[in-house]
Amino acid sequence: MRPGHNSKRFSWLTIYAVGYMLFLYAPVILLPLFAFNSSTIIAFPLSGFTTEWFTVLLNNAALGESVENSLIVAVSTAILSTLLGACAARASARYRFPGQRGMIAFIMLPLVLPEIIVAVALLVLLMQLGLSLSLWTVIGGHTLICVPYSIAILSSAFHGLDRSLEEASFDLGETSWGTFKRVTFPLVLPGVISSLLICFTISLDEFIIAFFLTGTDATLPVYIWSQLRFPTKLPSIMALGTILLALSVILLILAEWFRQRSAKRQGVEASAAGGFL
Amino acid sequence: MQDKPIIELRDVIKRFGSVQALNGINATIREGEFFSLLGPSGCGKTTLLRMIAGFEDPTDGAIVIDGKSMQGIPANRRPTNMVFQSYAIFPHLSVAENVAYGLKKKKLSKAEIAAEVDKALSMVDLAGYGRRAAHELSGGQRQRVALARALVMRPKVVLLDEPLSALDKKLREQMQVELRQLQQSIGITFILVTHDQEEALIMSDRIAVMFEGNIAQIDTPEGLYRRPVSKRVASFIGVMNFLDATATGQDGTGLSLDIPALGKVTVPSSHVPEGMAAASVQSIGVRPEMLTILFDGKDRAESETTGKITGTSYYGDMTYYTVALNGVGAPVTVSMRNTAGRSVLPVGSPVRVGWGAESIVLFE
Repeated sequence: MRPGHNSKRFSWLTIYAVGYMLFLYAPVILLPLFAFNSSTIIAFPLSGFTTEWFTVLLNNAALGESVENSLIVAVSTAILSTLLGACAARASARYRFPGQRGMIAFIMLPLVLPEIIVAVALLVLLMQLGLSLSLWTVIGGHTLICVPYSIAILSSAFHGLDRSLEEASFDLGETSWGTFKRVTFPLVLPGVISSLLICFTISLDEFIIAFFLTGTDATLPVYIWSQLRFPTKLPSIMALGTILLALSVILLILAEWFRQRSAKRQGVEASAAGGFL
Repeated sequence: MQDKPIIELRDVIKRFGSVQALNGINATIREGEFFSLLGPSGCGKTTLLRMIAGFEDPTDGAIVIDGKSMQGIPANRRPTNMVFQSYAIFPHLSVAENVAYGLKKKKLSKAEIAAEVDKALSMVDLAGYGRRAAHELSGGQRQRVALARALVMRPKVVLLDEPLSALDKKLREQMQVELRQLQQSIGITFILVTHDQEEALIMSDRIAVMFEGNIAQIDTPEGLYRRPVSKRVASFIGVMNFLDATATGQDGTGLSLDIPALGKVTVPSSHVPEGMAAASVQSIGVRPEMLTILFDGKDRAESETTGKITGTSYYGDMTYYTVALNGVGAPVTVSMRNTAGRSVLPVGSPVRVGWGAESIVLFE
């Protein structure tokens, strides 16, 4: 192949790559851009730099309440999903039982179900049961969609765990509980932390289920949506979005870091152990 | 070595679903001996070891360790410790923490634990490696840590599940000798599972050869090699030439045979297995090194026959010849030491092959 041809192909590839990245991230970059813009109108050209919108956020009581609600929901969801996910992942990695594949596939299904369908179905179900909507119903809905992610992450942690490690511990006089405490748990801990962080992040941003199932206590995304009706509030929503964006990115990076550390500890190539990033 | 039994296996049966993995194993393992379970993969040797360790329960029969039935006693309360095939070194702990793992349950002071760990590590030639992380170790070192971790528990029996199979040839041969020496110096009973007959011969006091869930023969390495009880055992341990034979009579001196490939011979009574009737002899076996190619006209043997070389394999110290004897049956293998002034004979050479009555093994 001639060098000229080669470099030309390379430049087209570069243009494609740059275009692709712009398509992915340009909308997201607008958030911080307008969050620090001094005009109340969301349009170019930018008029000046300000941190006023962040100050506005701090003095907003309703926002504070929705942040609190979201944290309650996200933390509960993360813990519940990880607990349920750990049990399923362990069972699928360790035991062979009839209907195993079907069962795991069934648990993973919410991953591909349209969220709006899940949300409507849950709402109908709750109404039929006569349960009132509250943060608890949101936690339930979020756990449903987070468990598959948790299983996917923890499966790689449990599958990477050599069975003979637990046998060795047992052989050296340790009890089942002691083996779990001293061998199993330390080895899957990075996976558990990774799962907690990812479930937390998913729950924190989730809108559709929260919108359907929340009662009077709005979560953060629901609050943001309600504020979009007021044009003057838009810049502070941009500021809020910026904070959430930064938080999500940090949490996801942390989660991946923990997952790779887990794989490394067990001597498995990190990329081979599966993951989201 | 004492003759006191440390492990008794009585009619041990193991079934996995409808598959019978072990069909009634009976064996006694003596205190302080190096005992090997040898067999091809799938013969049940690992299952048997795991049942002694307590990871599997026998479907029927009894396992007695040091006079106590192990029925219902889980692995963590048995006086056995295992060296796993994968070594199962805890990856999140240092070498010293790995070795100290089981001692935590023994109510020892920190100083006592440290002393025990140091002692165990120097026993396996790893003194000073205590602070290394598990992933910094080579394969041979991991194997030593696994051994130290088992020995520090002062078990009655150490169980080794193919511990050398992951090592390269050189290191494996070195570890075979070291393991054997270590076992003899500390006098603890070792039970080794292996599919490598050479490894079993080098390391063991006694070997149980297993096929398809049964023990075919339990004997010393020499007994197993010289007096295999069946053609199957004979061909699993080393190389054996099988030749057709017909018994022509039996008296006080021995058993007379007509072997078409070799000639007529009387096998002395001391070499005839007890209870073997002359009529039941179908074939004989003879090891390659028990046959000799008689080089120049001066070499003599007890008996001799003639043949033609059909192939040679040169091993440096030895040459393996395939020789068609008198044109009868399949060619036999003859091994010859390559001594000074003796070059490899070319294919096609007519040769005289020497042999002796005492080297003949009878098979039914």
